[in-house]
Amino acid sequence: MSEEFKVEIVNPEKSFLVKDDVSEVVVPAFEGEMGILKDHISIISFLKPGIIKILSKSGDENYYVEDGIVEFKNNNLSILTSTIFNLVDMDKSKQQDLLKQAEEEANKTDINDQSKYLADQKVEVLKTLN
Amino acid sequence: MASLDDLKKRIASVKSTQKITKAMKMVAAAKLRRAQESAEKGRPYSEKMNNVILNLSNGISDKENAPKLLSGTGQEKTHLCVVMTSDRGLCGGFNSNIIKKAKSYFAKILDEGKELKIITVGSKGNDQLKRVYGNKIIENISFKESKNANYFDADKVGKMVIEKFEAGEFDVCTIFYNQFKNVITQIPQAQQIIPLNNEGEESSSEESYEFEPDEDEILSNLLPKNISTQIFKAMLENSASEQGSRMSAMDNATRNAGEMVDKLTIEYNRSRQAAITKELIEIISGAESL
Repeated sequence: MSEEFKVEIVNPEKSFLVKDDVSEVVVPAFEGEMGILKDHISIISFLKPGIIKILSKSGDENYYVEDGIVEFKNNNLSILTSTIFNLVDMDKSKQQDLLKQAEEEANKTDINDQSKYLADQKVEVLKTLN
Repeated sequence: MASLDDLKKRIASVKSTQKITKAMKMVAAAKLRRAQESAEKGRPYSEKMNNVILNLSNGISDKENAPKLLSGTGQEKTHLCVVMTSDRGLCGGFNSNIIKKAKSYFAKILDEGKELKIITVGSKGNDQLKRVYGNKIIENISFKESKNANYFDADKVGKMVIEKFEAGEFDVCTIFYNQFKNVITQIPQAQQIIPLNNEGEESSSEESYEFEPDEDEILSNLLPKNISTQIFKAMLENSASEQGSRMSAMDNATRNAGEMVDKLTIEYNRSRQAAITKELIEIISGAESL
């Protein structure tokens, strides 16, 4: 009996990634990191900036996301996100760009607490990457 | 009858017009393929988003306190209409169809004595609407610089709409765009996005979900995103429709120009022949009289 399930990441422009031999996915859910295994209960949650880890037989993959929604149902995991980057494709200068943007955002004074929190999160995650 | 020289000039000018329309058709065909592809690729996102929201709104326990974006403000006094058109012309009835649809909606709203506010996306719509509804247009956005429809632009429009909603500037929001069916047919659509109209759609599953954090919080996070997503979907459909409409319009124009060239050529040959015959008759009758 395989312990694998299907994951699909979609962004507004296209279906970003489809994989059906995934054993575990760790997503940065809003209330903390969440590991999803096969036969998880149906769940809907949303993401904060962080790293999605996809563990599968064919190798592990890491993606940086800034926001999104996860839906898990019948061993199908859908992740909807507007900003996603594969860490492998992301070079230092890209990281620096994003970090700079996030820092600027975090330093704004006229934003509400939630956007401030999200911006801080972004900065934190991006710093750990460097 | 026009002189031979005039006819020659007209034929040349029609031919060069034909060249332009032919080139535009080719360009539109190439762009159409890309636009159609991205419209198709964009569909899963908006469908999934819709599905999640459907599941959420069914699962919500306290309907009274549901977010305003879902349930509305409880009144329908001010209507905001987002009319999405293209930035370029020469695309057949594409823009006029949207405008026609929008105008009939505007008339209905004004007849009912409600207030109307308009946001135009794309300069062509603004050009056509500002004559009649100039004082109703509160915002005019155009994405001339962006080559393709992208989410970033849609998000800008979405954020603006939400900002205005939260400031209490309107109660109901409807977007107007052309849905791409095929190259020949585009259907102008009016879609209400605030409050979200999910009635009539059945949830795909009866299964209950676990929510983390709770439904209300997810919903209030998701709904603004959904607005941008719907607008983005409309933009994608619109850009595919625009290219499709342009392609068929330019195809027709090329064909018409071809017909015109044929007709003019026949006329040209005929009058040339007539001139020759006339000269011959003159020479012959001149010779006879000698």
